[in-house]
Amino acid sequence: MTGPIIRPYGDTTGDGMVQVSFTLPIPHDKRAEGAALQLAKKMGMDPALLVHAKPIGPDFTFFVVYGSVTHLVNLDEVEVVERAYPLLSAKEVNLEIKRRLRRKLVVVGACIGTDAHTVGIDAILNIKGFAGEKGLEYYREIKVVNLGAQVLVPDLVARARAERADAVLVSQVVTQKDAHIHNTTQMSAAFREAYPAGRVPILVAGGPRFEEGSAARLGVDQIFGRGTTPGEVASYLVHEISERKARAA
Amino acid sequence: MSRNPATPVLELDPAVVRRARSLARKAAAPVVKLAQRHTTVSVERATLRLAGLAGADHERVPWVNHLVDAVRDQVGLEHGVTTPVWDALMRGEAEDVTVLAQKAASGSVQFRMPQGRDALAARRAATRAVGTGLKRIDTARRTRDRLIARLGDPAQQPWIYLIVATGDIHEDIPQAQAAAREGADVIAVIRSTGQSLLDYVPEGATREGFAGTYATQENFRLMRAALDDVSKELGRYIRLTNYASGLCMPEIAALAGMERLDMMLNDSMYGILFRDINPVRTFVDQRFSRQVHARAGIIINTGEDNYLTTADAVEAAHTVTVSQLLNERFAKEAGLEDWQLGLGHAFEINPEIPDSFRLELAHALLARQLFPDAPLKWMPPTKHMTGDVFRGYLLDGFFNLAGAMTGQGILLVGMMTEAVVTPFLSDRDLALQNVRYVLNAAGGLREDFHPPRDGFIQNRARQVLSEAVELLERIVEDSDPAGDVPLLAAIADGTFGLMKRPADGGKGLDGVVERADDYDNPAITALDAWEPPTSAPTAPRRTGTTKGGAR
Repeated sequence: MTGPIIRPYGDTTGDGMVQVSFTLPIPHDKRAEGAALQLAKKMGMDPALLVHAKPIGPDFTFFVVYGSVTHLVNLDEVEVVERAYPLLSAKEVNLEIKRRLRRKLVVVGACIGTDAHTVGIDAILNIKGFAGEKGLEYYREIKVVNLGAQVLVPDLVARARAERADAVLVSQVVTQKDAHIHNTTQMSAAFREAYPAGRVPILVAGGPRFEEGSAARLGVDQIFGRGTTPGEVASYLVHEISERKARAA
Repeated sequence: MSRNPATPVLELDPAVVRRARSLARKAAAPVVKLAQRHTTVSVERATLRLAGLAGADHERVPWVNHLVDAVRDQVGLEHGVTTPVWDALMRGEAEDVTVLAQKAASGSVQFRMPQGRDALAARRAATRAVGTGLKRIDTARRTRDRLIARLGDPAQQPWIYLIVATGDIHEDIPQAQAAAREGADVIAVIRSTGQSLLDYVPEGATREGFAGTYATQENFRLMRAALDDVSKELGRYIRLTNYASGLCMPEIAALAGMERLDMMLNDSMYGILFRDINPVRTFVDQRFSRQVHARAGIIINTGEDNYLTTADAVEAAHTVTVSQLLNERFAKEAGLEDWQLGLGHAFEINPEIPDSFRLELAHALLARQLFPDAPLKWMPPTKHMTGDVFRGYLLDGFFNLAGAMTGQGILLVGMMTEAVVTPFLSDRDLALQNVRYVLNAAGGLREDFHPPRDGFIQNRARQVLSEAVELLERIVEDSDPAGDVPLLAAIADGTFGLMKRPADGGKGLDGVVERADDYDNPAITALDAWEPPTSAPTAPRRTGTTKGGAR
């Protein structure tokens, strides 16, 4: 591949082919098919090929459209948030914790608010882990306290204090009407209120709906999105611990 | 219907099956005793709801909560709430139970525990009042039977179960009706997340929920009426499902019975393991709610699929079997019949592992054969739905095929956008096309499908069953320093779903009360004495009138 400009690949370089499917809230007839093609064109598909149209009940029509998009992708304009810390193995994480803390790193995790879906927090914390990587419970130098689902923020704060948590992980999987944002800001505010300045544990929020780069706005130290592995979280925690030590020194 | 009258396909050792059932009975017995020694705030509130107390104050706190709290503060709940309440009514503290609750909320009622003749009179009055709610439940059951006789059951098996969940009951209704027109036989209105941990039942028609719609009496009524309309239009009785789980399980069960819901999610251990609700609270609430479901002719759906979302579906396959056996035992004890047991399991084996589909078939057949007369609730893949919707659509097709080949009773339609977005209109349509295609193309395959003797599937099923028996043996022998009954000790040390739930922990513990010798609850008395009617109602079951369709 040459140059920073690319187009989607169907079966030939540069053909720009994509597929989309969508539903329009009108009955299926010639006009509906025309409407679907108009939408495709406005999306930059030209020529667009309507390959499938099917009524869904009397008032809706489902379409599948293939076509070549006129848009060009400029790779030079793509922005990627690079990981600001090195990825360590479990062994390296354990060693680092031993060296920096000379005790176990305490992690308290929970699903807060009304969210009952522990798949995210469990994937990171449970020994079983995720994507073939063992969870934080597997790390000899990490003590994990997993509070499970629907934990109230005051209970989370109390438990974090009682356990002298170094880090608090909250997960928000199912969310509606931005509940994950409200819950997370409420959580971070509660920690800031309960701890003296500079002593707040590392606050980490995870879940598929968080935006990259929104950590500061939510009052947390780090956001993790879909597909995050336990190793990434452990590496981040170790990195942040040493950063904090360095700042304190 | 489609059970092959010839030999069962798995050749399980009947002695092992008997052993499994007797162990489940042994594990359940002390828990039932425990449930019979306690009551909970929610059981007492459910009893008041049966006696007709409804509504809430201007802050939407239900009157049943006010009245139970007031009685608890003054005389305690160990005698049951009804005796002091109807004693107060007979003493003229208020003209009816609603006014009494209103007065009690403002602290202007004196409750006492009546003695002698007064106590007898109060109990009689309470029995009459609670009887009206039970009659309402009986009427609802007869109405359902009549509608089914007139309109008919789904033509095919499994029944097609679809979820709607907008948060707004007035949005749910057209969606549910549309789903029924597209082929759904059962509509589940998923609840707002978090409702399970509310210690009260919200009131009225609700338009704001999170990832679901609140279960309220009015929402139940509205949706049932809407489905009655569409049932008539389609000539097929469309069933309505909700959730009798969480802290208000008994109250939701009572409301569901009175408002003629047809299926209720009701697992014996789900609340303990996945919601961290206190185990004793759960078992007490569960027994009451299952007794209500039994009387109401409601089919329960149990939650074994959840184990497989947290644990590995191959390694933990036997925990599903154990849970099914326990759910069956607790259900039978509470008076539910086989046709009412929608025992759950799920298609959750990692599709990357070799022979995953054969393993799924083995597990599904094991459940089918262990519980031949139960409808069985077959749950679609969720854990291995990656966001690749195309692959997900294929996986759902295999899920549907396994359901058809193994004679599942209730099939929850899988969405290819699982774990991506709440389903689009088109996702639901595509999903139903998938189900229809598979049932049309392979619905009769069960007749031809006989895994060979001692082949992979038979061996795997036997292995899972023997692991289940081993686990049950460990459970009935379990003990802990607190001296809990063995099943509670097992729950406390993380036997199920890897979650440790001690008997003295969890939410709702403060709502558990040990019964006194003079405890009286006319609802429980009536439910304990109740016998199922001899004419069996309909369910997706092995025999009866539901032949035909995709067969």
